[in-house]
Formats: sequence, C-alpha cells, structure tokens
Amino acid sequence: MSKRVLLVEDEPNIIEAVSFLLSRDGWHVDTHSDGGTAVAKVQELEPDLVVLDHMLPGKSGMDILTELRGDAAYKDLPILMLTARGQMRDRALAEEAGVSRFMTKPFSNTEVLNAVRDLTRA
Amino acid sequence: MASINLLIGVCVAYAVLLFIIAFAAERGAAQGRRAWLGSPVVYTLSLSIYCTAWTFYGAVGYAARSGMEFVTIYLGPSLVMIGWWWVLRKLVRIGRAQRATSVADLISSRYGKSNALAILVTVMAVIGVTPYIALQLQSVTTSLAIFADPSEATDGGMNQTQAAFWIAFGLAIFTVLFGTRNLNTNERHDGVVMAIAVEAVVKLFALVAVGVFVVWGIAGGPTQMMAQIDASSIGAWSLDGSRWLALTALSGAAFLCLPRMFQVLVVENDDERHLQVAAWAFPLYLMLMSLFVVPIAVVGLDLLPAGSNPDFFVLSVPLSQGQDGLAMLSFLGGFSSATSMVIVATLALSTMVSNHVVMPIYLSVKDTGGASVSGDVRNVVILSRRVSILVIIALGYLYYRMSGGSGALAAIGLISFVGVAQFLPAMLGGIFWRASTRVGAACGLFVGFVVWSFTSLLPSFGEGAVLSQSVFDSGVFGINLLRPLALFGIEGIDSTVHAFIWSLSLNILAFVVGSLVSFPTPLERLQGAQFVNVFAHTGHAKGWSATAAASEDLMIMAQRILGPDEAQALFRAQALSQGSDGYLPDPTPEFLEHLERELAGSVGAATAHAMVGQLVGGATVSVQDLMAVADESAQLLEYSTQLEAKSAELTRTAGQLRDANNMLTQLSVQKDAFLSQISHELRTPMTSIRSFSEILRDAEGLTEPEQTKYASIIHQESIRLTRLLDDLLDLSVLENGQVSLNVSSGPLNDVIEHAVLTAQAGFNAALPVIRRYPDRAVPMSTDLDRLSQVFINLITNAQKYCQSDAPELTIEVAQDETFALIMFRDNGVPIPATTRALIFEKFARINDQDGSGAGLGLAICREIMTRLGGDVTYVPASLGNCFLVRVPLNVPMPET
Repeated sequence: MSKRVLLVEDEPNIIEAVSFLLSRDGWHVDTHSDGGTAVAKVQELEPDLVVLDHMLPGKSGMDILTELRGDAAYKDLPILMLTARGQMRDRALAEEAGVSRFMTKPFSNTEVLNAVRDLTRA
Repeated sequence: MASINLLIGVCVAYAVLLFIIAFAAERGAAQGRRAWLGSPVVYTLSLSIYCTAWTFYGAVGYAARSGMEFVTIYLGPSLVMIGWWWVLRKLVRIGRAQRATSVADLISSRYGKSNALAILVTVMAVIGVTPYIALQLQSVTTSLAIFADPSEATDGGMNQTQAAFWIAFGLAIFTVLFGTRNLNTNERHDGVVMAIAVEAVVKLFALVAVGVFVVWGIAGGPTQMMAQIDASSIGAWSLDGSRWLALTALSGAAFLCLPRMFQVLVVENDDERHLQVAAWAFPLYLMLMSLFVVPIAVVGLDLLPAGSNPDFFVLSVPLSQGQDGLAMLSFLGGFSSATSMVIVATLALSTMVSNHVVMPIYLSVKDTGGASVSGDVRNVVILSRRVSILVIIALGYLYYRMSGGSGALAAIGLISFVGVAQFLPAMLGGIFWRASTRVGAACGLFVGFVVWSFTSLLPSFGEGAVLSQSVFDSGVFGINLLRPLALFGIEGIDSTVHAFIWSLSLNILAFVVGSLVSFPTPLERLQGAQFVNVFAHTGHAKGWSATAAASEDLMIMAQRILGPDEAQALFRAQALSQGSDGYLPDPTPEFLEHLERELAGSVGAATAHAMVGQLVGGATVSVQDLMAVADESAQLLEYSTQLEAKSAELTRTAGQLRDANNMLTQLSVQKDAFLSQISHELRTPMTSIRSFSEILRDAEGLTEPEQTKYASIIHQESIRLTRLLDDLLDLSVLENGQVSLNVSSGPLNDVIEHAVLTAQAGFNAALPVIRRYPDRAVPMSTDLDRLSQVFINLITNAQKYCQSDAPELTIEVAQDETFALIMFRDNGVPIPATTRALIFEKFARINDQDGSGAGLGLAICREIMTRLGGDVTYVPASLGNCFLVRVPLNVPMPET
C-alpha cells in the first residue's frame, strides 16, 4: 500500500505540478485548498506526510502547523512547508513551530522529491 | 594773612559741626523725625555732590582757559534732571524695587544676579574713581597752601603732604562713623545725607559770595562787569558744536553712572516724588553755581599777575583784595565740595567692594561651616565695609602722593567721567532693552574699560610713563591705527572727546553684539522683564519655591545681618500679615522673597540670594550652585504665558513627531507587506513555470495531452507574470506622479465603445453591455487613453466576477457643468460590505477564483482618476455592484 500525502495548497497549477511529481514517485496524493478545514482533513485522512503552503485562504500554514504540533498525535508527523513569501523571519518562525522541512518557492522538483523521501525514510 | 594752623583749626571746627549735624540727623531719624530729612530740598542738595572741588575751583580755571565750554559740565546733568521722566524715574523705581545698593549691584542684579559682573563693575569703578578722590585731596591741600602763602601756590612742601594725610584720615573717620554706623536695610545714611546737604549750602553760598564781591566789589556793578567780560577773550563765544555735544553727553552719562551719584540719586532716595522737585531745583542749583564763574575768571585774569593758577581764582582773588574772611568762606566752600565728594564716593565704592568682593570671598571660605548660620555676618559686613573705606581713601592718598600733586591731576575729572561712563550701555540697556544679556554687558564693559584705559587713563600718566613713547608715535606693535590718542587714524580731536567717543561706541557695539549672539539664562530674562517693565509690575523676581527651611534658621540669619530688633520686627510683621499670632512666619515663597530683598539692602542681591539659598536648600552649596538652582526654579515661574505657549508648542511638536513616527511605522509595515505580496505574486507563477518546465524536460512517461497541457500552463503563467509586471510598473509610474498626461479631445461615447470592444475581445462568452448615453454627445478633453484604460478595467472585472445566471453590465452616462459621470452597474452578487473598503487597495483580490488577476487593476484605476482630477468610487447597491467614475470634462492643467 502506497503512502499517503496530503497537499494543502490553493494555487491550482501548483497543486497540479506537485500532485504529478508525488504520484509519479509512488505516493497517494490527497489535495485540500482551504486553510480553515486543513487540520480536520489531516485528522480525517491520517496522512504519512503533509505538504503545506504558507499562504492559504481561511487559516495560514503557520497556524495550521502550530495547531498540528500542539496535538500529541501529530508531534512527529513529517510536515514540509512551502512558502512564496521569501522572508527570513518566516523560516525562523516555522522552525520554531516545529516544521520538518521548509522550502521556498519556486522549488526544484528534485529538491522536493528528495525532501519527501528524506522525511519519510525513517 | 592767616596761618595754616588757623585754617586747620577752622577745618576741624567745621568737621566737628558736620559731625554734630550728622549725628543729630541720625538721632532724629531714629526717633522718627524725618521732616527735614524726608524733604525734596535735602534730596536736591545732596545731589550737589556732583559739584566737587574740581567744579568749585576748576570751573573758573576751565573758563579762564577755554571760555564758555565749562558750561557743558553743568549742561549734561541738567538735561538728565529735566528729562527725569524718561530715565531717572525708571532708574530710581528699579533701584528701589530691587533694593540696589550700588551701580554694581544694579547691573549684576539685572544680568541674572551675576557676581562676576558686579566684580568687574566694582574694579572699574575703583580704578576710575580713585584718582578722582586724589584730586579732591589735592584741591584741599593746594588751597590750604595758597591761603597760607599765595606765592607758593604750586609748592608741594612737607606741610601739604601732612595736611593731605590728616584730611584723608579725617574723611576716613567721618565716613566710617556715619557710613557704617548701622547696616540699614535700605542702605540709607541719613546723617551723611544731612551733612552733605549742609555742605551743599556752604559751597553755593561761598561761590555766590565771591561772585557778588567780584561783580559789585571789584567790577563796580553788573553793567561794568558785562563790559569787562565783553572785552575779555573769554567773552568770545566760540562754540564747537560736536565738542559741546560730546562733553554734554559725557557729563550727563557720568552724572548717571558715577557711583556716588547713584548713591544719592537712587540709594538715598526717600521718595520718588522728590525727583519732580529735583528736576527743576537741581538745574537751578547748577545754574547758580555757574553764574559767577565767568566774572570771577575775567576779573582774576585782569587782576592777578600772569602765571597765577586760574584753578584757584576763587580763593586768590579775595585774598589779593585783602578779603581774608571771604577767602576763608571760599576755602570752606572748596573744602565742603571735596569732603562731601570723598565721603559719598568712598561710601558707594566701599559698599560695592564689600558686597561684591569681600563678602562673596568670605562666604565661600566659610562655606563649609554654613556661614549664614554660624558666623555673625553682621559684624563681618560692617568690618569689611570699614576696611574697604579705609583702603579706598588710602588708595586715593597714595595716588595723590605718587602723582606728586602734579598739574596732570586737573584732567583727571574728565578721565574719571569717561571711565564711569562705560557703565552707561549696560545700565540703560538693562532698563530699556530686554534682549540685553550678561555676556553682552560683560563684553561691553570690558571693551569699554580696555579702550578707556588705552586712550585715556594710561596716556594721562604722561608720554613714556606707562605707555612708551613709541606707542604714542606709531601705535601698539608699530600699528599706526593703534595710537592711543589717534585710534584708527582719527586725529586732531581733543583727547577726552576722542577717548569718550571711541570707548563708548566700541562698548555699545560689544554690548549689542554680545547680547544678540548670546542666550540669556532664565534668571536674566526674568530680571530683564522686571527691569524693563518695572512700571508694569513693581514686584520682585520670584526665585523661591516651597521650602523646607526652618523659620528659626532664617531668623538667626536675619538677626545677624539686620540686627536683632529689626529682624524681630520684620518677622513679627510678616507673621501677623500671614494671620499667625506668633513671632515666626511660615517660610512661604513670598516671605522668602521679602526677606531676600531686605537682606539685599545690606549685603547685595547676589549675596542675599546665596544666603537665603543656603538655608532654603538646607545644604552648603556654592554661589554658582545656588544660581543654577535659582535659574531652574525661576524658569518654572517665568512668564507663564510664554511658557504655556511654549508648552503648547512642544505638545504640538511632540504630537507631530508622534504622528510622523506612526506614519513612518505604518509606511514601513506597508512596505514590508507590499514586498511580501510582490514576492508571493511573482513566486507563485514562477513556481508553476519552473516545476512544469522541469517535468517537460525530464519528459519520461508523459502523454501527448499531458505535455500540451503542461506547456499551456507554462504559457499562461508567463502571461500572468508579464501582466503583473506591467501593472506594477504602471502603478509605480502613476503613484510617483511621473506620468505625463497625453491630452486629446473626443466624445465620451467613442471612448466607452472602444473600451467595451477591447474588453470583450479576449472572452468567448462576451458579457452583454447595455449603454445609455445622453442625447447630446459629451465632448471630453483629457487623456482619453488613460480614461479608456479605466473603463476596460471595470468592464473586465464585471466580465470576470459577475456571478449571475444572466450576467449583464449597464453603462450609464450623465453630465453636469464640469464633470462627466459614468456608472458601471452589473447584476452579480454584491461585494460583502466588510471587504468593500479594501477593493481599491493593491493585491486586494476579493473574488479571484482563477488567480489570473494580480489585484492591481482597481488600484491603477484609482491612481489614473486622481491624475485626471476625478475619482472612481464603489456605490453600494441592493442588487449587483456599481462603480461610479467622475471625470472633469476638461482635465485641469497640472500646476507647474
């Protein structure tokens, strides 16, 4: 059974690209575009990995991250965060909040795949 | 011919008489009988100390040498008195209100109670007046000699020096006895004033008696006298206007500035109304004094052998006629002139020396022990006053001995005048010009003093004496412009006038410049206001705030300075006025001010301030520290209106700064948010482009449709990116105001039609657009391309966001005199009220589902409309969305 990844992202073309990459690498990809219901979606799907956008309608990726890490069940859930805002402060804040990996858009496909493999190997 | 011993006997008898008069006056004053003392007549007569032996004897000599010019010496003071309303009245009022004890005290008090300034004035006064005192001693001794043996008028024998010594000694005793008998709070000397008033009568009577004798006894009557004067060279009325003006100004200035004149004019003034009487009575006195000067001079020149000293015609003319009694009277007149001058001048100088030099030094030395409390200051003050008197008279005597009674002394009267006239700018500036400062006063005094020393005092010792011959011939360091008697190359004027004009002009210049470039301390400004506006509020600089000082301590200090009786009376009166039944008033600021003022009468303003400060502050501090404290507390009270104005201004400035800071913070936040937004808007399409291009590059396992789809995403995102950049640049240009309008004319309808066509071009299912134009075409003169851009934006927005089953857009045009109104109304879902305020902001994509817009369109529209002089607004409607564009028919010309 292939591993499940939940992609939380609101930009249609980026959803398309990341879904394509991860599916080809053998993942089962679920997508979700609304920040407000993202945590519920994680609880529902229990994915092995979450790829999280920073700017989302409803609730920011940072808030979602904090909320997930606050729940003991998701303390070790690998979370890869993607941001297009490109500010140093965001990375520091995300790392403080317990992000597993933080990447800036635009990313290289290889980087994303390596990161995902890295995070789910252990 | 009377023996010198007889003369000395007469002198002693006369002195004893004066002692008795002074003593009786003081007794009377102490018992409250001031009828005589308090009369304007005594005040007027006391002013006559202006007429010293130099004028008593010297005026005749002056007339014999230079004709009518001697009148200037009387003219200046007369003018000052006649114009009392303008200067003297103010000076007297200030002197009384501030309890000024001397010229030095007045000037120091005016310029922030600066003791340094007081010391400068004191030193200048001592240097300027000491030779003048010597001149009096010389007059008396010479007159003694003439009386004893007219043929040896210029002989400086042993008798003369001895006589000079004893005269000096006698004057010192008199001054010490009556000048420092008690430390009166108002520094008045009733005995001394009475004695000099009597002396004034004696000298006037003596001179008039000699005059009457000369006119009626020798010349044979007024008619013959006039004829004789006309025949004489003195009668030739040669009038040098500028010289007269300068000498009159000089004598007027000296009248105001001489320490002894300040003493009688201001300090001893009992009642301001006395000035009204003195204003005509004193000029009258001077007129009487000068009435017989010319007759005596003319007769003396005719009668006496050539080479006789004309300075003593008043004495030698009666003597030559065998009128020993008259000569004796004349001698007593001269003696009176000399003694009254020496007594008052010494008194005034000793007050200055004691208050401004000795006491501050004593206080600072005793500082550690808390001088004002531990020592008996009263005795110290009296002692220092007495020592000062002795020292000053001794200085005069020494000067007399060293100058050997030479004829050069005769010029000293005028030299002294020029010296003390240096106080005038600081004094008058202080009472009439609020902006004058301590720095200005110090600069002026110093410069005036230096120039006076160089051009007048030092040359008076003779060429080669102090200044070398070469300095006289070719100036200091050989600089021709720096010759003492021809400063800056101005030659050919009398040395007195030369010195007066140069020293006073440079003094004034330094005073004004110094005042303008320096900033007054709060206390200076406070005192300046008190002085200049003395008639507006005859209060006192409020220097003390609420205090922890114990009344007992203040009482102890006051007793030591004022004496027990007076201090207790003062405290009792204050306690009563505060409504208390006891003997100790509360140390309220008002009481402290009152006390300080009372103490100032005894020890001077600066010292009194320091003493009260020592107790009020509760600590032993230096005078400088106290000044600083006083400055601060005075600052709090200074011109409350000005402070309030300043405070309001400060609040305003602070508010502006706060606003500016908030704005900057806001701008900074906006800038960060904007950069963040830009970054997001740029990175998002780039992410898709990069990702899909990488997928296409590694093309393995891609189906044909997938490849096409991904390539078209890349294409679509590239266009989005380009549009974003275009919009950003457009907006940036518009916001910076760099855009230049391309104004052209055309009907509004055409612009709208063109916009509709353009907007619909890119869409398969074009939104139906209903147009409602007015009957008449609306001619526009504006940037039609920019206007069209706004329309296209609005139509495209409606096309993209209008959510309705049958979407449609209505464009309606209306017009008034200056504006065209274009309404764009669709039938979609209205924008929520909460987000309406944001729609014109950058990156405010409200309903952007497909992400194709950058969120800059409406921001650009708003900028364009602002440039065109109109606006675009969202009009809330019950159904659909409505944008209203308002544009001037003719674009306003940009203000260049």
